[in-house]
Amino acid sequence: MTGPRLAGLLVPVGAVVAAFLVGGVMLLMLGVNPIRGYGALLDGAFGDLDALADTAIKSMPLLLVGVGICIAFRASVINIGGEGQMIAGAIVSTLVALAVPDLPRVLLVPLVLLGGLLGGAIWGAIPGALKAYSGVNEILSTIMLNIVAVQLMNFLLRDLIMDPYEKDGGRIPQTRRLSENSDLPLLPGDTRIHIGVLVALAMAVLAWVLLWRTSLGYRLRAVGHSSAAARYAGMPVKRTIVAALTFSGAMCGLAGALLVFGSESHRFVTDGSSVGFTGSAGFNGIVTALFGGLHPLWTIPSSFFFGGLLFGANAMQRAVQVPAALIVALNGMVVVFVVSSDRLRRSIGQRLGPGLEEAVNEGVEDLE
Amino acid sequence: MQMRRNRKWMGLAAVLAVLAMLAGACGSDEEAVDDGLFRIAVVAPSASNDLAFTQSIVDAVHVLDGVDVIDVTDGTFIVADAAAAVRGYAEDGYDLVIAHGSQYGGSLQEIAKDFPDTAFAWGTSNDTFGLDNVSAYTAASDEGGYVMGAMAAAMTSSGVIGVIGPIAVGDAKLYVDGFVNGAAAQDSGVTVNVNYIESFSDVALAAEAAEGHIANGADILTGTAQMVVGATGVAAENGARWFGTQSNQTSLGEDMVVASQVYKWEKALQGIVDGVKNGDLGGRSHTINLENGGIVIEFNDAVDAGDARAIGEGLIADIKARMVDTGA
Amino acid sequence: MSDFFTTASLVFVVGSGIRLATPFLLAGLGETIGQRSGVLNLGVDGVMLLSAFGAYWTILETGRPVAGLLVGLGVGLVMGVVYGVVTVTLRAEQGVSGIGIFLFGLGMSDLLFQKKVGTPLPIRGFGDWHVPVLSRIPVIGEMFFQHSVLVYLAFLLVPVVAFLLNWTTFGLNVRAVGENPAAADSLGVSVARVRYKTILLANGLAGLAGAVLSIELGIFQQNLTNGQGFIAIALVYFGAWRPVGVMGGALLFGMVSATVLQWKTLGLVSGAASSLTAMAPALLTIVALVVISRTVGQPAALTRPFERGR
Repeated sequence: MTGPRLAGLLVPVGAVVAAFLVGGVMLLMLGVNPIRGYGALLDGAFGDLDALADTAIKSMPLLLVGVGICIAFRASVINIGGEGQMIAGAIVSTLVALAVPDLPRVLLVPLVLLGGLLGGAIWGAIPGALKAYSGVNEILSTIMLNIVAVQLMNFLLRDLIMDPYEKDGGRIPQTRRLSENSDLPLLPGDTRIHIGVLVALAMAVLAWVLLWRTSLGYRLRAVGHSSAAARYAGMPVKRTIVAALTFSGAMCGLAGALLVFGSESHRFVTDGSSVGFTGSAGFNGIVTALFGGLHPLWTIPSSFFFGGLLFGANAMQRAVQVPAALIVALNGMVVVFVVSSDRLRRSIGQRLGPGLEEAVNEGVEDLE
Repeated sequence: MQMRRNRKWMGLAAVLAVLAMLAGACGSDEEAVDDGLFRIAVVAPSASNDLAFTQSIVDAVHVLDGVDVIDVTDGTFIVADAAAAVRGYAEDGYDLVIAHGSQYGGSLQEIAKDFPDTAFAWGTSNDTFGLDNVSAYTAASDEGGYVMGAMAAAMTSSGVIGVIGPIAVGDAKLYVDGFVNGAAAQDSGVTVNVNYIESFSDVALAAEAAEGHIANGADILTGTAQMVVGATGVAAENGARWFGTQSNQTSLGEDMVVASQVYKWEKALQGIVDGVKNGDLGGRSHTINLENGGIVIEFNDAVDAGDARAIGEGLIADIKARMVDTGA
Repeated sequence: MSDFFTTASLVFVVGSGIRLATPFLLAGLGETIGQRSGVLNLGVDGVMLLSAFGAYWTILETGRPVAGLLVGLGVGLVMGVVYGVVTVTLRAEQGVSGIGIFLFGLGMSDLLFQKKVGTPLPIRGFGDWHVPVLSRIPVIGEMFFQHSVLVYLAFLLVPVVAFLLNWTTFGLNVRAVGENPAAADSLGVSVARVRYKTILLANGLAGLAGAVLSIELGIFQQNLTNGQGFIAIALVYFGAWRPVGVMGGALLFGMVSATVLQWKTLGLVSGAASSLTAMAPALLTIVALVVISRTVGQPAALTRPFERGR
């Protein structure tokens, strides 16, 4: 294995280990045996088939959001609106299921998923259009639309689409149990894994095709490199920017729909916040995409790793009674450490094999 | 943003995924232990020291008799994670798993079916889904609300009272409705302004809502849910009085909290625990209220409530005797 | 609706809007300085949470609000050093590093709060200071001159930051580094050093914002900021990287929130409409920006790590 390649793998892995070591110190200070704690985390995430299935389910929204981020960031558009787009997708897909509950499963399931794509696409198209045609920065519009989405969700769930049973009763902000025909089919085997995982994988592949095998994808990447050059070359830059955010939003919307219809409860329920529904997938998905090098296919293992970290952390919390807050802080440290190790990796790589470095980076094209 | 599509990221992702799986596969599978100990687990959405919703259940489980092991998973406001925690505890063989959060109900309905030998308890609600291993528990918080609303109406000198609520759902709405009705029954000339700030967690907004009430002339405030600590600070600064709910909130203001409606969930939980030990896994709903001692109005003796205290105590007796309808 | 347009009601709304705007303003000013030099910091919310806890705990233990404020500032500076090392020295991707800092701050502040503080007790803040003479002016006095010292501090920083960016050599360097770091470097300006300074300023101000929040509220709680740090970042774009613009955005957001609150207090809005009006601050911010429709571009080198020779 050549120098840069070796450095390329070892250094980031070392960064993750370093973050876990710091976390281990924190566990010790809380009076917990770190080995037992991390053991519970790994066991909970990957220990048996059920755990793997649950980790896959947890990774699914991360993968979709991550794929959406790949598309957007490649066009140099920063989409921090994942949370709101997931909610928008969940809303539209739920409305579909409530509108036509008696359609046969083979029609209803794809229909609700389309609803998710549509809801997210709209919620992404709005900031896209605002950026392209009004010059409104997408960081601002996506953050603001996240807030709007949460309020819209709360409004709908405690009024228009609230379970009628709840209206006179406990007033829990949730819908009725959604039509059984809209339950995501489970995959064969005795686990809880459902087709949503396959849908997410398919989307990753489609995104790869989009970015590297279509002219739209070429335009997206061109605009990402330099919008001025793209404009000079006659490409419709504004429409491309809108497309980037629309596709990105659609992925997030699909994730939201999958969360509702793949959930334990088969209802759309809120606790009043966005994170209570999404599990911060809107943010974690960004990290997932970047750990996957903004490449949709490599986002797959990246999302699996992150999903495992998040799901296993719950198991760790149960096993050793540490507050969930420790896990959140640990996630943050993993992100910062890994992202910081970038330069270290390059300088070690350079010392081990100057010149080869550039070739490796340029040669990335043939992988794609 | 500078984009880098480097091979090292892709390699990293793959290697980590594989390493993790290997490590996981080497982990040991902990079997559920059957050692005769009675284990209960609690899954709750906010922190155990939130002086409100979660604190009330955590305090309660620690005073139960006949319980050997108590494990609490708090801070699970992500519904999917809470569902995973409930399922995890059931798989680990806990005797009673308590899901403390009305948003967990839908998930519990499905999980309970998979574990017919485990007892589950769900709050706050009175719906057991027709399953005989699910108990539901709820609080008649409108009762305490009614009592304190009447007290507030009797105590106010400005004639204006302010209420700060989260979202008009569940336990919060029940309390507020009771409070408003109690105040109206005591003195229909008193104005009670209710402000639902549409969030369970925005402390700054709750504080401003309290400021708004004060500016409007309110000299007594009340509120529910964990963001309410912002409002209590404002009440203290402006010399207003406070009525608390869910937990005893006297520590937030020794000289301003008149009384708190405290939830003693153990009144409901003890019955459930005893039942489980005798083989009855549930199937009923339990309500804590003034009559069964599950709700207690704890007066703060440092604050002189004057006549209002007598009115309050009288109402408590009346409600216990079923002579009053709180209208909520 | 006539209830709303009384003097007392409007006075309250303006005062309340100013109070609500203060944390956004402080954090937003800091982010403006950082972004002007080409550094995007998405971790503001996490820094605010850590400093809010630090300030709260200090006051809980020592009873001294000034100490709390200083600790909050200190926490911000420490996080600034960390962020500087990560993004300037190690040249890490800025957006993701910021999110990592946010997650770290969110978790760490919550963890420390749960472990170090048993029952959360309220703390005393600074109290309101009535500006002599000015606070006696009818109506205007109550609206503007009867606030906490911390509010005045925040608003006074607006001209200070504007002066810093537009009238000092440092400010010139900051803007040069943000627009064209290669050119600045060739003129002998140390890009790294300038960015370190702006990052320290940015995070220090974020630390102040967090401290102001917990001191004014008199308490701490898990996720106390509730996303305010992100709103502050958004407002930097609204304000087109000008301190006055950021102040305008913060006030717009604060005033709309305060107006909505007052409507609810007066019973003008209830039930279903309540959720919809809660969207108002966010929606109006977008609409306002579309209407104002500035074409000022962002600092050209924003989010690009600088390396000589590249």
